[in-house]
Amino acid sequence: MKAATCLALTTALVVGTAATADTPDKRIALSNNYAGNSWRQAMLESWEAATSQAVSGGIVAAADAFTTAENQATEQAAQIQNMILQGYDAIVLNAASPTALNGAVKEACDAGIVVVSFDGIVEEPCAWRIAVDFEQMGRDQIEYLANRLPEGGALLEIRGLAGVFVDDAISRGIHDGVAAHPDFTIAGSVNGDWAQDVAQRAVAGILPSLPEIVGVATQGGDGYGAAQAFEAAGRDMPIIVLGNRQDELQWWAEQRDASGYETMSVSIAPGVSTLAFWVAQQVLDGAEVPKDLTVPFLRIDQADLDAALETTPEGGVANTEYDLEAARKVISDAAS
Amino acid sequence: MIPRIDIRLLLPVLSLALLLAAVFWLQPRAMSYLGLNLLFNLAVPVALATVAQMIVIMVGDIDLSMGAFVSFVACVTATLVVDTPALGYLALVAAILGYAALGALIQARRLPAIVVTLGMSFAWGGLAVLLLPSPGGSAPGWLRALMTAKPPLVPMAVLASVAIALVTHLVVMRSAFGVLLRGLGGNERSLGKAGWSPVLLRAAAYGLAGIFAVLAGMTLVGLSTAADANIALRYTLLSIAGVILGGGEFTGGRVSPVGAVVGALTLTLAGSFLSFLRLSPDWQIGAQGAILIVVLAARLLFARRRAR
Repeated sequence: MKAATCLALTTALVVGTAATADTPDKRIALSNNYAGNSWRQAMLESWEAATSQAVSGGIVAAADAFTTAENQATEQAAQIQNMILQGYDAIVLNAASPTALNGAVKEACDAGIVVVSFDGIVEEPCAWRIAVDFEQMGRDQIEYLANRLPEGGALLEIRGLAGVFVDDAISRGIHDGVAAHPDFTIAGSVNGDWAQDVAQRAVAGILPSLPEIVGVATQGGDGYGAAQAFEAAGRDMPIIVLGNRQDELQWWAEQRDASGYETMSVSIAPGVSTLAFWVAQQVLDGAEVPKDLTVPFLRIDQADLDAALETTPEGGVANTEYDLEAARKVISDAAS
Repeated sequence: MIPRIDIRLLLPVLSLALLLAAVFWLQPRAMSYLGLNLLFNLAVPVALATVAQMIVIMVGDIDLSMGAFVSFVACVTATLVVDTPALGYLALVAAILGYAALGALIQARRLPAIVVTLGMSFAWGGLAVLLLPSPGGSAPGWLRALMTAKPPLVPMAVLASVAIALVTHLVVMRSAFGVLLRGLGGNERSLGKAGWSPVLLRAAAYGLAGIFAVLAGMTLVGLSTAADANIALRYTLLSIAGVILGGGEFTGGRVSPVGAVVGALTLTLAGSFLSFLRLSPDWQIGAQGAILIVVLAARLLFARRRAR
């Protein structure tokens, strides 16, 4: 069925409404800096799924994915320069650093290559940026907790990897949210490094020193570990905001069936790589695309849990992939 | 007198030529002014860091803080040098003096350099994070202009590599100072008997290494236009591999400056070669290691044949 949609889209493109559809000979490359966790794996799979259809449908000539062997900015800069040499028409980029690739990105732009960065975005003004409002993601968590717990209480914050910009942004949002709801206090804060085992150890370590915790604000990939730590300590299970990982959703469903546990789950869909692909295709096609686009995050509420759990592969992350129509909608929303 | 072609140098040059031919074959587009510049411009800071590492290896030590130090210099260059140039350059000079002091300390207290530099790598890393807690900064205008300059006929990256090799060769192989430094790595005791202070000499060697490492950090910022505290962490191992690939040995006193630069270029090129081959990233680190082992094995074979 997907192939049929794709074919229909191709036809729509050929018939052409606003765009001229002159991309069948264009080649797009994905420059990715890291592939070592479930989110990145899902991101690469989404890219593969969406682009292989686009290639076989004749929308673009090639869409090759490259991942650097080490997560280092200097290596990714070299990779981008190699892509310039290989003659790609567009480079879609998940960057190791928002600034350290500026030189290489500028070289690519100067060579007439369209550069679209997503998730890990770059500051170089000639590139397109598909960003996630991470601060909003933090604020939304507190907003949800405030709805559920009108009388407030003590919260535990689990942060990500120290020194990474995403960790900073989500945490700022969480603290903003707490400032807006003074009934809440953040009783403790630990680094879970977006990994369940690290989060579990960190939470287990801080729990004995904490008062009763009513809610846990997280960054994704750490909620299940936190739950294990609370359970092992024999404490009442607080409302843990989850991060769309399959193990987290699975645990949520089990708790719901056993005791009617309620929470919500929020993270970025790894399928944002497919949005970046379509944005690059649209720019190559001559469409007017604003340089800064924002993607909504993927939020799962109690009612959506079963559907989300069904479509999320074991060990994976809940995902949404974009097709051309969805990408066009994001672009036109940003333009207006 | 016919110049003696050093076998120590022949092998690295041959490997580079072979790799370059393979890259040209895979990607004919690289065989141009722009192509060569793109292939080699990121090798310039690596070559400078490799020369710095070579000087430390030359005096019988090994520097595990190279990557962290170059990152620190990059952070200074992208922040202080741009905002308050006087203070910025002063900080860079202080960093070089700090490197020299480290050399003196290692000699005076007979400390193992590997431990001292490993410790210092955390110090440099910490200072870099203090200066630039989140990635950012900008490149000084003149530096950016220099690194993106387009001289006629020969690309900047090639010109810079030749210049680095030439200057280092003159300083290390042809000057009296260079002979003393190599002597320090080869036979420290006889130097002492001849009335030279090993403490001062080692300080001078580390200071010289510091100068090249500072240049590495600055050129890196000139290319990337910004810095972060982790920007050059790979340089520690890359620089050591470059020295060894270029014909240097860990035994001290036995190095080849031109070879070190060639080694750095070879390592950078190996990455591009593997990427043009479309090798999966899972295999790339292994393949890079394999290239290194092949070259070293070839050197061993040559050395054995010569000994016979």
